Amino acid sequence: MSVELFLFYMAATISLVSTVLALTRYNATHALIYLIISLLASAIIFYLVGAPFAAVLEIVIYAGAIMVLFVFVVMMLNLGAQGDTLEHEWLKPGMWILPTFLCLILFMEMVYVLSGSSHLLPGTAVSPKEVGIKLYGPYVLAVEIASMLLLAGLVGAYHLGRRYLMDSRGED
Amino acid sequence: MFDLISFIPLFPLVSFVILFATQGNLGKLPVAILGVGSIGLSATIVMLIAFQWLTSGATEPHIYTITSWISVAGFNPRFSFLLDGLSLTMMLVITGVGFLIHLYSSLFMEDDEDYSRFFAYMNLFVCAMLVLVLADNLLLLYLGWEGVGLCSYLLIGFWYEDESNGAAARKAFIITRIGDTAMALGIFLLFMHLGTLEIQPMLQAANQMWATGDKIPTIAALLILGGAVGKSAQLPLQTWLPDAMAGPTPVSALIHAATMVTAGVYLIARMHELYLLAPLAQSTVAVVGLATLLIAAFTALTQTDIKRILAYSTISQIGYMFLALGVGAWASGIFHLMTHAFFKALLFLGAGAVVYSLHHEHDIFKMGGLRKKLPVAFWSFMIGSAALTALPLTSGYFSKDEILLAAFKVEPWLWAGGVLGAFLTSIYSFRLVFIVFFGSTNTEPSEPAGLRMAVPLMILMVLAMIGGFFHVPVDAVFPLLPETHHNQTIAIITPLVPLLGVLLAYFLFLRKSLNLSFLLDSSMGRNLRKFFFSHWAMDWLYDRVFVVPYKTFARLNQSDVVDQVYEGIANVTSILHYLISFSQTGHLRWYALTMVTGLVFVLAIILGII
Amino acid sequence: MEQGLVLAALLFAMGLVGVMVRRNIILILMSVEVMLNACGLAFIVAGARWGQADGQIMFMLILAIAAAEVSVGLGLLLQVHRRLGSIDIDKTSRLKG
Repeated sequence: MSVELFLFYMAATISLVSTVLALTRYNATHALIYLIISLLASAIIFYLVGAPFAAVLEIVIYAGAIMVLFVFVVMMLNLGAQGDTLEHEWLKPGMWILPTFLCLILFMEMVYVLSGSSHLLPGTAVSPKEVGIKLYGPYVLAVEIASMLLLAGLVGAYHLGRRYLMDSRGED
Repeated sequence: MFDLISFIPLFPLVSFVILFATQGNLGKLPVAILGVGSIGLSATIVMLIAFQWLTSGATEPHIYTITSWISVAGFNPRFSFLLDGLSLTMMLVITGVGFLIHLYSSLFMEDDEDYSRFFAYMNLFVCAMLVLVLADNLLLLYLGWEGVGLCSYLLIGFWYEDESNGAAARKAFIITRIGDTAMALGIFLLFMHLGTLEIQPMLQAANQMWATGDKIPTIAALLILGGAVGKSAQLPLQTWLPDAMAGPTPVSALIHAATMVTAGVYLIARMHELYLLAPLAQSTVAVVGLATLLIAAFTALTQTDIKRILAYSTISQIGYMFLALGVGAWASGIFHLMTHAFFKALLFLGAGAVVYSLHHEHDIFKMGGLRKKLPVAFWSFMIGSAALTALPLTSGYFSKDEILLAAFKVEPWLWAGGVLGAFLTSIYSFRLVFIVFFGSTNTEPSEPAGLRMAVPLMILMVLAMIGGFFHVPVDAVFPLLPETHHNQTIAIITPLVPLLGVLLAYFLFLRKSLNLSFLLDSSMGRNLRKFFFSHWAMDWLYDRVFVVPYKTFARLNQSDVVDQVYEGIANVTSILHYLISFSQTGHLRWYALTMVTGLVFVLAIILGII
Repeated sequence: MEQGLVLAALLFAMGLVGVMVRRNIILILMSVEVMLNACGLAFIVAGARWGQADGQIMFMLILAIAAAEVSVGLGLLLQVHRRLGSIDIDKTSRLKG
């Protein structure tokens, strides 16, 4: 077993375990931290597969911006210990049965699809330069659309967040 | 000259359209000129055609096609008119008497604010009636038939603000509808077997296809008799005619005396070859005629409303026409149709003059002694009743006697019934004359009507007197009766019986020297009187047998069975909606769950696992 | 590269479980992020197998989508918290029936 394969399995295990933990915590902050760990593990897998640029993006944007945004909002809501007791009420063990069963079937179907392919082909690394050329070549329209999407998200978030801030200032 | 025939129904139709389009916005004079003038023009053309026909001695029927109507798979009825002696006679009666009645009503209806609507309907009626008698094929005849039915409804219910007028109009329409349905069935049957609806070719084909006494022509003839019975107010569909007197008097004169009610007689006469193929049906015609004339005559004896007496008299006289057709005296039936038109129109218009001067009083026992005060009305009634009663040398005498003598040759009982009817006719008609015009005055009349009412009455008086000397030009149309020797005794008794009746009426109602109160006041007498007055309880019978069960059934079916089926479908949909809406819980996680379930199933199906 | 895709499938399924089970809106959004990340992983692995840059480009677009979605989603969360006083997803069920 090569080093890469071993590293891959280890990163995959970390990713899986931390995702499971993230989904089952009562405390929201704990769950978010575990998710960040999962994303870091994914970044390692990206690097191992030969997409270092994607790994960097995963850490910087996904774990670094999006998850931090989550953490900010959790802090802003400021639920505290009361939030934990609410979670205890909401998350009864019996509720896991049906969704787990359904998703297990879904997973098995996906594995059935994947099992038709040949296995363990070695991958090739793709350098960031190639990615850049492709991005501003054939995919330049997709880039423009993505930027407009982000603009829309920006405006929406600003608008939805604005009232809250104004009202809370008014209440003071 | 004969080509002008298509203009005859056209003038009244154009007048109707104009009056209809102007919706009462024209003044009274233009309306009258339009309404009366159109009929006058048609009458002029008819007379020109009649003159040419009679002087040229034509016997073959002429057919004039205006345009094609339907042309489908060999079925090709057209708008075409048939001109022969029979249709010429009918046209003369319709336009001639019609013109006089229109002239009369231009004064009679002058105070009515719906003047324009009245003339519109009357003109439409004349147009439809002319189409009926001129029609070359049974489909066009049926068009005219329905048209006159419609106009009858519109005119009976002319003063529609009064509910009872509307009810009478509906009664007339519904009862004649029953007859119309029978007639339609008869037409379908004939078409099915003969393949054409044009009258001449159809009757020729019938003669070739069927022998006398076959089942199918009998059924067809009986069905057509059903239609004739409805329109001509014979047994069993005669109950609408007395109630139809709710309409204005000119309407009663034109539609319910002279023209529409004779449509049935015309129809049977036109289809006479079919009836010759079905002796059973022909005998039924005679029996129906006889029964009707007796029932109506007995009923007329007890009535008190002046117009109702005349209505029952009409039913009775049409019974005579049916009797004539039933014994094979076709020409006599048409002859009586013509003379009846003259004297019945005269009687109705005279009644109108009386009612007009007495401010719409209809009860004869509230009238009296009008002889000196309303001379024109008095002489109309005298001459009209004389003709009705068939006193010697009046027009009615010639026509009615022909019928009775022909009846005797076929079946003496028919003759006996007819003579009894004549006896009763004389009693009730002169009862009317003596009570209304002699004796003491109970209601004072205002001044008698003007020239526009008097002149038509005088013309009709002349026609009623000399009409018997006309010869109806139908020799080429009908087969002639064999000329056998008349039984001399019968030939003497027949004209004498009405005279006896007049004498009896004289002693009972004028001199009042004969007192039959011992008969009338006995319990049997009183019950009989009530029975006769209620038209032999036919209205009561029909109410019990038809109306009450129908209404009960309608009430039981109030939440309609058929509707429930459709409402049931809607209800099922509602219930399904209610049940399915439980799946819209509003919970996001439930939606996610259902989506995943769906995804799992769809994937399984796509992958071929399920 | 089959294991990578299997991993992605597993992560996706787990994220789906999280969406269905949790009642806290923040944690639902977090589970959606897990699912998006799994998709990205699948694209990267596939791109590496074929040796094309398209996989990484798709991953970048997924990143952009996730960013936009999270910002708007959290804005909505703030509004829900302000109006309903709770971050329980089951309280937002007025569109029922």
